Amino acid sequence: MVVTLEISAKETVAEGVTAVTFVHPTGARLPDWTPGSHIELVLPEGTVRHYSLCGNRWDPYTYRIAVLREQQGRGGSAYVHDVLCAGDRVGVGGPRNHFPLVPSDTYLFVAGGIGITPLLPMIHQAELLGADWQLLYGGRNRDSMAFAAELSAAHDERVHIAPQDEHGLLDLAFWLGTPRTDTKVYCCGPAPLLAAVEATCADWPPYALHTERFTAAEQAVPVRDTPFEVELRRTGRTVTVTPDVSVLEAVRRAGAEVLSSCEQGTCGTCLTPVLEGRPDHRDSVLADHQRAANDSMFLCVSRSCGDRLVLDL
Amino acid sequence: MSATAQHAPAVPVCDADPFSPAVLEQPEELHHVLRTAGPVVYLSRYDVHALARHQEVHAALVDWQHCESGAGVGLVNFRHEKPWRPPSLLLEADPPRHDAPRRVLQEILAPPALRRLRGTWHAAAEETVDRVLSQGTEFDAFTRLASAFPLRVFPDAVGLGPDGRENLLPYGNMAFNSFGPVNDLVKADEHRVAELSAWVSANCAREALTEDGFGARIWAAADRGDLTHEQAPLVVRSLLTAGVDTTVHGLAACLYAFATHPEQWQRLRERPESARVAFDEAVRWQSPVQTFFRTATTDVTIADTVIPEGMKILMFLGAANRDPAHWTDPDRFDLARDPSGHVGFGMGIHQCVGQHVARLEAEALLTALARRIDRIELTGAPRRHPNNTLRSWESLPVRVHRAA
Repeated sequence: MVVTLEISAKETVAEGVTAVTFVHPTGARLPDWTPGSHIELVLPEGTVRHYSLCGNRWDPYTYRIAVLREQQGRGGSAYVHDVLCAGDRVGVGGPRNHFPLVPSDTYLFVAGGIGITPLLPMIHQAELLGADWQLLYGGRNRDSMAFAAELSAAHDERVHIAPQDEHGLLDLAFWLGTPRTDTKVYCCGPAPLLAAVEATCADWPPYALHTERFTAAEQAVPVRDTPFEVELRRTGRTVTVTPDVSVLEAVRRAGAEVLSSCEQGTCGTCLTPVLEGRPDHRDSVLADHQRAANDSMFLCVSRSCGDRLVLDL
Repeated sequence: MSATAQHAPAVPVCDADPFSPAVLEQPEELHHVLRTAGPVVYLSRYDVHALARHQEVHAALVDWQHCESGAGVGLVNFRHEKPWRPPSLLLEADPPRHDAPRRVLQEILAPPALRRLRGTWHAAAEETVDRVLSQGTEFDAFTRLASAFPLRVFPDAVGLGPDGRENLLPYGNMAFNSFGPVNDLVKADEHRVAELSAWVSANCAREALTEDGFGARIWAAADRGDLTHEQAPLVVRSLLTAGVDTTVHGLAACLYAFATHPEQWQRLRERPESARVAFDEAVRWQSPVQTFFRTATTDVTIADTVIPEGMKILMFLGAANRDPAHWTDPDRFDLARDPSGHVGFGMGIHQCVGQHVARLEAEALLTALARRIDRIELTGAPRRHPNNTLRSWESLPVRVHRAA
């Protein structure tokens, strides 16, 4: 569901990073959220961008996000930086959480650049729970690292700020080289950082590492390279999906209405119930047990293992 | 502040006992008195502030920041008094500790996860109804349908073993009594607390549960680290505490509603797809869960009344669900109404996590009945079962007329 919210404040919080605060136009409470959640910002022409909530949920009246100007981006961050102003109203969907904080005695948070945003409320939460935590925070240079100064001031002994121009790449071998059973690792940042953290954590216990990515994870080749059928149970139609089109495109052509956003399998918008058949999951969101349940799939990237899928559409 | 200081209006005081046998039997009159007295009423007998209007009850339910559950959702204040059992990780917890158990259970009980049960439960409902009808058309709809059906499908879905299932309703009855004062209802069950609690605890263990039920999925979530292994049995306990009596009395409310509103039954028969809406309208109209408490986390101002930090707030869900300021003709059971916004399942982060399970049970049972039965009527006075929290039933004698 998309609601219209009003921008109550916009401020630069680091080089190339602007923080935006939203309120309900009537001053009403906003839907509750948990650390790791993101909202979907609906931009002109219906494009949707996802931004992690980085404010305080004990304040139910505001949402706060921080947006990095992406030089190579598709225009979403430029719009937020250059066009949106305090007082403007925008459509906001969510919040949703694909990156929840699970219980642990100890947390290691690893942030790369703007990847600090979902970790901010997690750090607050870890404090409230009395958990032991450390933050390893890398970025191009100190000026580009949002909230670094506040974090250091509040938790000097737990926060390790490592700008690349001063320290080089994050010393992941030092922080993650020895697997631990009492620690959950939460990492958010650019794809190379996530790949490096995943590689360094290869020997950690299963489920110790939790990541959130802005871009899709590398996927293996599809299970099948031949067409398959998709039945839309409620619409009463069956379509053939050839290797050159996505399930999303195919079902849309057949008249099904499906909301989508990133179309890369990272945002979670087009999650659709599966009634029969086994999907070839190719998204970056579902956990292993959710994949194994085979009761839902992301139509934008996932395909079919067998000849036929039946969707609740 | 201006020079002419505004005096806060005096809070209306009421010395009625909402947990007295007479009020539990027939709460509507007290609900009317409380709603009329003001948005906040002080209940002198228990030193609590009460909310009975929809607007204030709804606002308190969603405002977990100011109205906490961690000090207990009954009269007992866990800040000063020891709870009778280890507190629930869902019902009696607040963020951040509430987050993980809630997320796990919500996913296990979400509509996609329940889709697999739909066929089985519809078949079980048909069988249940056929068996009852094969033995005659006059029966107790409370025991034969409203209790029998959930007790047939829900413990299987959780993954309970065959033994001791008769403990489920008494345990739930005891748990829901415990949210009220220590009155005769609570005392009547005191001798069973140890025995029933032991049975429930034993059945929350991984070994006691089948491999494919909700319970096993809770333990699997603990294996993945989404919960701790210490939390898992208490999350299973929440299913066993809150998942049986509530649906039994919710279904009974439905059957009572249709037995007393034959024109609404005709409407359901014409549009069986409205079974879920019918269930929600029955939940609004009867409010199987009548009351819950919160505790003020700070000095909370509700409609100009300051409720001091640490004081209990009693929310009358049943009164809010019939507040004429919110509902047109609120005492009417009416399938044409949109019952959305009723607070019978609560609201906000603690809203009933099993509501989709309850709706699926209701849909299965009502659909099976609607296909076979033309008319339901009462053959005697229905009997209530007194409980400090639940609007519950003892018997619902009916006669049904089979469809041609």
